[in-house]
Amino acid sequence: MTAVTEATAPASPTPGPVKKLTVHLRVKRYNPETDTKPHWEEFTVEAEPTDRILDALHTAKWTIDGTLTFRRSCAHGVCGSDAMVINGANGLACIQLIQDAGTEISLEPIRGLPVIKDLVVDMEPFFAQYRSVLPYLINTDDPGYKERHQSAEDRERFDDTTKCILCACCTTSCPVYWGNSDYIGPAAIVGAHRFIFDSRDQAADQRLDILNQRSGVWRCRTAFNCSEACPRGIKVTQAIEEVKRAILYDRV
Amino acid sequence: MNVHTHSYDAVIVGAGGAGLRAAIEVAGQCRAAVITKLYPTRSHTGAAQGGMCAALANVEDDSWEWHLFDTIKGGDYLVDQPAAEIMCRGAIDAVIELEHFGLPFNRTPEGRIDQRRFGGHTRNHGEAPVRRACYSADRTGHMILQTLYQQCVAREVNFFNEFQVLDIVFEEGDGGARRVAAVVAYELATGDLHVFQTKACLFATGGFGKMFKVSSNAHTLTGDGPGLLYRRGIPMQDLEMFQFHPTGIYKLGILLSEAARGEGGILRNKDMERFMERYAPTVKDLAPRDMVSRAIQTEINEGRGAGPHGDAVYLDLTHLPPEQLDAKLPDVTEFIRTYQGIEPKNEPALIQPTAHYAMGGIPTNVDGEVVVDAAGTIVEGLYAAGECACVSVHGANRLGTNSLLDIVVFGKRGGAAMARYVATATMPEPVKGAEEDVRARIETIKTTTGGEKVHDLRSRLQDEMQAKASVFRTGDSLRSCLQTVRELQAAYPKIAIDDKGAVFNYDLAEALELSYLLELAEGLVVGAEARTESRGAHSRDDFPQRDDTNWMKHTLAHRAHDGTVSLDYKPVVAGAYAPMERKY
Repeated sequence: MTAVTEATAPASPTPGPVKKLTVHLRVKRYNPETDTKPHWEEFTVEAEPTDRILDALHTAKWTIDGTLTFRRSCAHGVCGSDAMVINGANGLACIQLIQDAGTEISLEPIRGLPVIKDLVVDMEPFFAQYRSVLPYLINTDDPGYKERHQSAEDRERFDDTTKCILCACCTTSCPVYWGNSDYIGPAAIVGAHRFIFDSRDQAADQRLDILNQRSGVWRCRTAFNCSEACPRGIKVTQAIEEVKRAILYDRV
Repeated sequence: MNVHTHSYDAVIVGAGGAGLRAAIEVAGQCRAAVITKLYPTRSHTGAAQGGMCAALANVEDDSWEWHLFDTIKGGDYLVDQPAAEIMCRGAIDAVIELEHFGLPFNRTPEGRIDQRRFGGHTRNHGEAPVRRACYSADRTGHMILQTLYQQCVAREVNFFNEFQVLDIVFEEGDGGARRVAAVVAYELATGDLHVFQTKACLFATGGFGKMFKVSSNAHTLTGDGPGLLYRRGIPMQDLEMFQFHPTGIYKLGILLSEAARGEGGILRNKDMERFMERYAPTVKDLAPRDMVSRAIQTEINEGRGAGPHGDAVYLDLTHLPPEQLDAKLPDVTEFIRTYQGIEPKNEPALIQPTAHYAMGGIPTNVDGEVVVDAAGTIVEGLYAAGECACVSVHGANRLGTNSLLDIVVFGKRGGAAMARYVATATMPEPVKGAEEDVRARIETIKTTTGGEKVHDLRSRLQDEMQAKASVFRTGDSLRSCLQTVRELQAAYPKIAIDDKGAVFNYDLAEALELSYLLELAEGLVVGAEARTESRGAHSRDDFPQRDDTNWMKHTLAHRAHDGTVSLDYKPVVAGAYAPMERKY
């Protein structure tokens, strides 16, 4: 039994106007309809310490310049739309707060994918790489009209890589990917790992063959950028290592 | 603006759970396209956390009849019972199918799909909470979205990503009957227009929670599908039934799953009292969402609210074993850490009700066919499924987990019905100038110099809806709200945007989206003002009782060409369960 202790009410801060901070957002901008090359632009906005960077970006767009362009949807780190380079490191603008990021914030598009406009990049190559690893369960046995069983341990084996939201933070933080966009990239390997190590799947060999090609896992130089960049906390580099071992030792 | 034309047997608009499940069903049956304003994996199905109920009875006794009873009672008897029966019976097959698709459910020690408790789901007609929700940690929606997208990849489904559908074109037949002829989409990357000539179209565009200030909904949930159909003469059903989820993160509205209470979390007021014991003595914190949200709001209104302004309560997880929180609620606890800067293992989180789910929407029958009146008249080739649709399986208040169930069951049924229809239907004639209305709307917004800003009008709408049309309402608050909404509608044509460009013009997209929010908000408020009773999520201080004599009926809001809104009604489809007092 776990001891049940009655929680006590945290002391409430004194009510009053929340202190606003003056935030300088330096945004790397590019408009294909008017610009020949990217340039930096600074927006000064007021924000509460607990606001998200995304909120500050919205303030800039909604009150200063409506042409400022970025993707976003869920605004709490589960849809993966607003990946960008924040103060030099990849992340999602909706899960970083101003009080943590500071009041001088630089924002750039993620690297390695063609920039279309401001912080919006072409995601098609990224999703094409994901689709190339057969990212779906393959099992030709007839399970009948009942659930397949899977032990809790077997389920746990690939739990980490099921968390991926395909935001591209990992792939576009990889120095190998910056230099060679043929490299399939960490996210696609994570997508493959999720099935390679699923006890219900039967196509690990096919996926390992794909990842054993020139553009596959051997491009990885174990820089660990991908693991640091993942907003879902996936141990990306470890997943890549597990795939490498599976190829080398021919086993899953 | 360049115009491109396409021709498909079937078009699906939206790529969340309902759209993707429909796409799987039509794949290989006909030439189909899925049009989505996001990438499919960005859809808000991915934000659903807690689970998907099905009476598998893997961990304790259960039956689909009990699930059905809970759904009907939870919906405060505004549920169409035959539709709910299809859903609750079909839930078992739906979960098994998702397992076969590869969904990584959490497992019991025996390797079976594990199940946990959820609000309003009970054993034997209300005796006690039952473990019915199949789940994948607290990212069940994410896993459903991913799994369905993966199955679409396997079937080589044809996606048009980041295309925003803005209009539908009907072919007029004999006697005024209409059938689908085309949809018109705006390509965000280029600003080009695309006319999709098609025999059939299924709308699965999700909700419109962005009309409220505190909302769990994505920025992109702006009711585009219902909004554009409403404008083209399709009525909207039960718009006044809008669910407030009890546990949104204070001020931000970000969802903290009911699974937190399913795992044993407790709501407390500023005195740390477990107040739900007073409101729902049997199931306590696991009462249905409408009741819990009202209880929270009542605590706040009566001076027992917590937080700096006394306008929140606590969600307390501190008594739960840390390893249980890590294993079962990793995302919920991480959201609390990220946005409130506290450790939920040691301190309770501040929460408040958050606008969450539209029970109402595009009226459909159980095959996803859109029906436009009480007689069940359909529009040939027009389908809807998921949150944007109203079957109605959720009635006046949806039970937790039943939305994930709804999208897979009725996404599949809608897709199947559409595939059957297009197998024999002829392709409509191309409609000349199908895109002209959309072109004119876009040109107007880009050239107007009127001085109103999208952000200002949207904020005023959200503030007003939150203050006057949310958890509690009165006739006066709703009439005042309606006046404001109509002022905002009058100001809308004066909106001016900064971005006049063609490439990724989200300034324009937000302006277009606001028009749908304004019109659906108007329909919601008009329907709520007329419904002089309290039922489910619709709670009127001036009419606190449910009135089964006069109001066992669905609202249909119609919008005429000139913008006039009128209401009529259709009866609830009865079944085995007669209305009874709703106690938990």
